[in-house]
Amino acid sequence: MVPTPAPLHLAVALDGAGWHPAAWREPDAQPQRLFTAGYWTELARHAERGLLDFLTIEDGLDLQSDDRFQADSRTDRVRGRLDAVLIAARVAPVTRHIGFVPTAITTHTEPFHLSKAIATLDYVSAGRAGIRVQVAARAGTTAHFGRRDIPPLEPDRLADPDTQRLIADHFDEAADYVEVLRRLWDSWEDDAEIRDVATGRFIDRDKLHYIDFEGRWFSVKGPSITPRPPQGQPIIAALGHASVPYQLIARSADVGFVTPRDAAHAAEIVAEIRTEQARAGRAGMTVHVFGDLVVFLDETKAAAVARRQRLDERAGAEYHSDAHIFTGTAIGLADLLQEWQAAGLSGFRLRPAAPPHDLTQLTERLVPELRRRCLFRARYEADTLRGLLGLGRPANRYAAA
Amino acid sequence: MTKQIHLAAHFPGVNNTTVWSDPAAGSHIEFDSFRQFAQTAERGRLDFLFLAEGLRLREQNGLIYDLDVVGRPDTFTVLAALAAVTEHIGLTGTINSTFNEPYEVARQFASLDHLSGGRSAWNVVTSWDAFTGENFRRGGYLAQGDRYERARTFLATALELWDSWRGDEILADSGTGQFLATAAPGTFRHRDAFFDIAGQFNVPRSPQGRPVIFQAGDSDEGRDFAAASADAIFSRYSTLEAGQAFYADVKGRLPRFGRTRGELLILPAATFVLGDTDAEAAEIARDVRRAQVSPQTALMFIEQLWNTELSGFDVDGPLPSFDPVVSDTLISQGRASVRQFAKDPVALAAEWRARAEAGNLSAREVVIEVTGRQSFVGSAETVATTINELVQADAADGYIMVPHITPGGLAPFVDQVVPLLQERGVFRADYTGTTLRDHLGLAPLRRAEQTTAARAVAAG
Repeated sequence: MVPTPAPLHLAVALDGAGWHPAAWREPDAQPQRLFTAGYWTELARHAERGLLDFLTIEDGLDLQSDDRFQADSRTDRVRGRLDAVLIAARVAPVTRHIGFVPTAITTHTEPFHLSKAIATLDYVSAGRAGIRVQVAARAGTTAHFGRRDIPPLEPDRLADPDTQRLIADHFDEAADYVEVLRRLWDSWEDDAEIRDVATGRFIDRDKLHYIDFEGRWFSVKGPSITPRPPQGQPIIAALGHASVPYQLIARSADVGFVTPRDAAHAAEIVAEIRTEQARAGRAGMTVHVFGDLVVFLDETKAAAVARRQRLDERAGAEYHSDAHIFTGTAIGLADLLQEWQAAGLSGFRLRPAAPPHDLTQLTERLVPELRRRCLFRARYEADTLRGLLGLGRPANRYAAA
Repeated sequence: MTKQIHLAAHFPGVNNTTVWSDPAAGSHIEFDSFRQFAQTAERGRLDFLFLAEGLRLREQNGLIYDLDVVGRPDTFTVLAALAAVTEHIGLTGTINSTFNEPYEVARQFASLDHLSGGRSAWNVVTSWDAFTGENFRRGGYLAQGDRYERARTFLATALELWDSWRGDEILADSGTGQFLATAAPGTFRHRDAFFDIAGQFNVPRSPQGRPVIFQAGDSDEGRDFAAASADAIFSRYSTLEAGQAFYADVKGRLPRFGRTRGELLILPAATFVLGDTDAEAAEIARDVRRAQVSPQTALMFIEQLWNTELSGFDVDGPLPSFDPVVSDTLISQGRASVRQFAKDPVALAAEWRARAEAGNLSAREVVIEVTGRQSFVGSAETVATTINELVQADAADGYIMVPHITPGGLAPFVDQVVPLLQERGVFRADYTGTTLRDHLGLAPLRRAEQTTAARAVAAG
């Protein structure tokens, strides 16, 4: 008997008009509609037709910039964005299966607010919510909030011990933030609402729990104002490129997005995350490690290369990314995904260089090819995002065993 | 001239007025309840739906209060989801200016306005209590006297952020490659005692320019705040005399802030009970009040006023004969209504006892008398007539209806009362505009006007 290969998980990363800076100028782009519900609804439905596990939505608390450390003054790039959690909430009720993993910044926001927002996203999507947590170290973002004195990261001093400590602090705060999210989601037991007319009690208050979190950056009392969400614990995701964020993924996340250069690098990253996971006492838990890839796809490799060159020419510069850039056919991409899967990745977050074209290539070319190889689902097999990711509904940490 | 009435619907809240024990009562948290409620309101062509806020579960005697509905969703998230299942109705969220930051709230409302095609509104509220603060980074940091000052500057800052995009920045011209018409859109700098922020706002100008602004404050300061900067007031004066007094007072403050009477709507919250006849409605209303004040709930109210635990107290007997405990420490936390009790508890207790004596009432019957009397009780004909008379007599510009059953309690009002008001030509037969400003009869904003509003708020 031929062993059945493990199925791959696939997510699509949505960001404005696409990941290539000239994507908004493509003939099939709709740059005038980027700030409308219709634009995002169409993308989500498209991804759902392709049976993808979930979509992510990038976000930030400052205006986009080509400069990692400060604002730029370019006028030839997409600028401006809507709140990612609210985009997800707006689109979720008009889809049925696909998961939503919007981005939230942990550095300046309140974990109490985000916890109930994601619990509510889980209610309005009937169990398809997740959140990708991200730190915000840019000085410009800090100035938008003006209440914390965080030293800015300086590009020429990244290796300094002070800078390294600052970066570690940002991620430690993110880990505390996730701990608060998770405790608040569990702060109501599933059967806390009793509606007992005889005693006049709406809830059994013994099944509500103070979380009493106290940390370096904040203290949160609880319980949440929102009852435990349908999935119990919505999905937590984080992107990492180095050991400090890998620790966050290993300690706190359900899904890590990583950016390997090749299969060998993927194996190294997975090994590091597994080691950290064991150190954090989470060896028995499923932590998916997804490879991030930017994709330029076409019917032939030559066409994909030509399209990428055309986009680069319009942008006035060769496109670079933190993630590996794949340029070619869906069949070539399927080969690469299979090779990297063998190195230990359980899924991929694909960043279409320019949707809708590259998204269509994913859903109409890549997905059928993976299915032909028995690597991808033929229909949605579960009703919740946890279900699609093979994660059970977790027990409540506060419930009496 | 006959005024057009504005009507809205308040999703039932977490007070004892919401009767969860009714067999018809549904979930307060599942999205289907919100969807059904919003679609019912839209079927009635109502102006908007309204969500209240509470950022910490209430407690009494140090325990989580368990007799009322407990639990609610996140306001922004559920409103964004409701935008997907409705087309016209306005979406009003109550959001606290104490436990939030302007940049984040401004971008959430601007996002909601984009995603709903111009239907968002913000009911600006303030709080100061350390009790709620325990759920937030800063804790209970604000002195009570500072809360309006922070709210005022918070709103002024948000207005500056919304105005930082004029609305003509995005060219998205793929031919020339110019996405932006200007190099630094959204540039702002704001500095006052509460906020010192600068940079670039990252949400382009939304369909309405900004959310419609609601205020609910009732103090002199709160009324000035509303007269200076709000588009609508969510008030509690639903009767003729009290309504007219409030209406005249607040509308009278408008000229001082350079505004006209049509620029601020007065919309009291109103409860209702309908019956086939007025007599039947009165009977149902009595039953509803008894359901709203169960024996356990009556005891909790008495404890709140007496400010002490009274376990074993018989609510079917007389009120306590001793005076309330006067203290800065209240046994009830996280509940705004208790502050009314705390103003002069001894006098209020004497008033309750006098009522008991005059009517030969038990403790519970007194609580039923003094709380939860419905605003409008009668046949649909009577209620429609009453609402119209009150609005035409300048007791209000309309009402925010608060049903006592979730989510189905709004339907009888929509199906029976609304058609009568439509027949009389005092309520829209269909939506004539697309934005909430359109529904409220507020003129579209030009940027200059908004800047004036921001200055007025900043100048106080």
